[in-house]
Amino acid sequence: MKPIRVHKLKEWFIEKSILLSGIFSVFFVMLIFLFLLREGFSLFRGESVLDFLFGKSWYPISDPPRFGILPLILGSLLVTLGAAAISVPIGIAAALYIAEIAPRRLKEILKAGIELLAAIPSVVIGFIGMITLGPWIKNLFNIPTGLTALTGSVTLAFMAMPTIVSIAEDAITAVPRQYREAATAMGATKWQTTWRIVARAARPGMLAAVMLGIGRVIGETMAVMMVTGNAAIIPRSFLQPVRTLTATIAAEMGESVQGGPHYAALFAIGIVLFVITFLINGVADLYLHRSRR
Amino acid sequence: MNPRLAQKIAFAVLLLATLLVVLPVLVILLIIVGKGASAISWDFLFSMPRDGMTAGGIFPAILGTLYLVLGAIIFAVPLGVMAAVYLVEYSSDNWLSRLVKLSIVNLAGVPSVVYGLFGLGIFVTFFGFGASILSGSLTLGIMILPVIITSAREALESVPRHFRTVSLSLGASRWQTIRHSVLPHALPGILTGMILGLGRVAGETAPILFTVAAFYLPRLPQSVFDQTMALPYHLYVISTQVPGIAENVRYGTALVLLTLVLLLNLAAILIRSRFRKKKKW
Amino acid sequence: MVDQAAKFSIRAFHVHYGQLSALRGLDLEIRANEIFTVIGPANSGKTTFLHSLNRLIDLVPVSRCQGEIRLDGVDIRRGLEIEALRRKVGIVFALPLPLPISIFENVVYGLRMQGIRDPRRLNDAVERSLRESYLWEEVKDRLRTPAMNLSGGQQQRLCMARILAGQPDVLLFDEPTSGLDPISTARIEETMLILKEKYTIVLVTNNVSQAARVGDRTAFFLMGDMIEVSDTGKMFTTPADQRTSDYITGKFG
Repeated sequence: MKPIRVHKLKEWFIEKSILLSGIFSVFFVMLIFLFLLREGFSLFRGESVLDFLFGKSWYPISDPPRFGILPLILGSLLVTLGAAAISVPIGIAAALYIAEIAPRRLKEILKAGIELLAAIPSVVIGFIGMITLGPWIKNLFNIPTGLTALTGSVTLAFMAMPTIVSIAEDAITAVPRQYREAATAMGATKWQTTWRIVARAARPGMLAAVMLGIGRVIGETMAVMMVTGNAAIIPRSFLQPVRTLTATIAAEMGESVQGGPHYAALFAIGIVLFVITFLINGVADLYLHRSRR
Repeated sequence: MNPRLAQKIAFAVLLLATLLVVLPVLVILLIIVGKGASAISWDFLFSMPRDGMTAGGIFPAILGTLYLVLGAIIFAVPLGVMAAVYLVEYSSDNWLSRLVKLSIVNLAGVPSVVYGLFGLGIFVTFFGFGASILSGSLTLGIMILPVIITSAREALESVPRHFRTVSLSLGASRWQTIRHSVLPHALPGILTGMILGLGRVAGETAPILFTVAAFYLPRLPQSVFDQTMALPYHLYVISTQVPGIAENVRYGTALVLLTLVLLLNLAAILIRSRFRKKKKW
Repeated sequence: MVDQAAKFSIRAFHVHYGQLSALRGLDLEIRANEIFTVIGPANSGKTTFLHSLNRLIDLVPVSRCQGEIRLDGVDIRRGLEIEALRRKVGIVFALPLPLPISIFENVVYGLRMQGIRDPRRLNDAVERSLRESYLWEEVKDRLRTPAMNLSGGQQQRLCMARILAGQPDVLLFDEPTSGLDPISTARIEETMLILKEKYTIVLVTNNVSQAARVGDRTAFFLMGDMIEVSDTGKMFTTPADQRTSDYITGKFG
């Protein structure tokens, strides 16, 4: 009788720890948000939320300090728009090619290439962008520095592409074969079928792919910090240095005084980032569910 | 336009786009290998940096990264796999499990620098671990938790339902069923996800910026409460913060980091393809 | 009160899946050492009934059971641990479902889960149960090879051996030959006729002539109701209900 008891006790213990782990993982999400709130909210004792979000100047160490993150938001937006403009058409086109047109062997090689790109650490991509793309853009446009919003957009486009290509490719592959057969049977060419039927049917999944790609770009930190020049001014063109939300946190956290207003402001930027990515992922998840149905 | 001609043009454009994605990968690899290979030597890999990082090796950074990877794994793998087991094997479709799934999706999309903030707030400050290997590992561990949970979930879900039914029908308890008839068959998938998570840990910089990474520390860490250098942060430092570092040393550092990360990914790919061949159901 | 020979006695037993009623007001006794066959068209509640006997029904999250089932006079929901019940009441599924491990490990799976480690006992159990299911001669030289390499009929007999290893009281068969060729089917049926000497057998089948060949008593289920139950010979010659007669003569099903 006794070994059975010990055995049951062991199982009870294991099952409870499994349950606990499940609860823990929710707990962490809430904890992340709560901690950002706790640290970030002290800023709003002396600062209004509107001044923070729409203030035009970010001078965190001047006296008195100014914590307006509009230049940072616009910096992130500009770099993200540029990266999306490059990576979305190219990424979707590549996904169509890989899913529908490439022969089997080539398909495997191309997919491995995409996985490889996804695996390269962002600091390495930033390093290459800084050292090769930067000087090239500087000479091409004859501007004083090559570290600009454009450099950031091109670099980040490469980081968004693996996400866009692989998720869009999944969505395209998931389109039922009958659609293609029906279109081909009616005399459509392969391209007509791909473009008019398959691409249309895969649209929700492609939208999700784009959203997740954009989410990756907004959250990217190291590469963007290395190639955009980091000037916290409201950008007027793609050929100016800009500074993003993420880069600001990474660059300034080391110098801020713990518990001070600057420290709180950086956490408040973290809240903004958290909310933005939360929304983007939520929408993408919605589209993904729709495409599965 | 003639549909045949339209098709030819369209396919050419798509091919061009695909090459635009894939060729730069090759170019990046070739540049890094071409310019960095000359820096690689026994001395570079296994000795301390000297003279403000302008001379000597990168051993503390390599070792630091290995410590961080190890630490993150010890924390995240058991927790992540158990959470996945809970979600797949125990939870019914109620509000709690839906909340957990939603949270995991969102955790996966949170920018790595926000994890850095969280690590700073909770581990460095609140728990008072300071900037240390412990804080950094925990931060990185939480960052890859969603990756591990998601891949483990997929691996568990791919084990056919009837394995569980058969096992239970033979008088096995629920946990015995999971332990003997589910987990062994999900193991390769779980391992693959784990190794991909490792690759990410090894390459991430933003979460370790304020939780562990040391700018220049020419000695080895003595305990989990010490700071350490780490490869990705070191690459960032020598390419942006310190002037006068020889070009091949920077490329060499990038090459070492890239090699480490790609080896981990290669291992994951090999496990996955071997498993696919072996699978019989 | 309880019939001495009754293995299972089932009283006022209902099963619901959510709002859907799958089995209604079942009153039935299954005698020891008989082959009790259950026939009926798809969705008649046959499998639900079978899965109620060893509580596999509990795996369906929306299922609800009312009434009681007693095994040897013991309530299977209150008087018995679920693992013990399932060891006493083994089941063979419609498809051969060996686990993707070796033949040997498949057979001893249930024993290992009971914590039995003694190699002598395990070896003995493997030989005894494989002989009982007439598979021993075919596999005795390759016990350590994967069970997935066996033919469909062999796999199904392995699934029988896997239950017999745990020395059960009752064997449940859920359309066990639906995926097999006629020769394998005949072997399984012969085996059942021998096994009933030692065990009580409940056989669900959608093959009416199989019920006629091996059954001692037969019940006819239709859309969650048991229409009638009687000796197999009687049911196939003089069914009491018109619907039974229509079904066994092939008018629907």
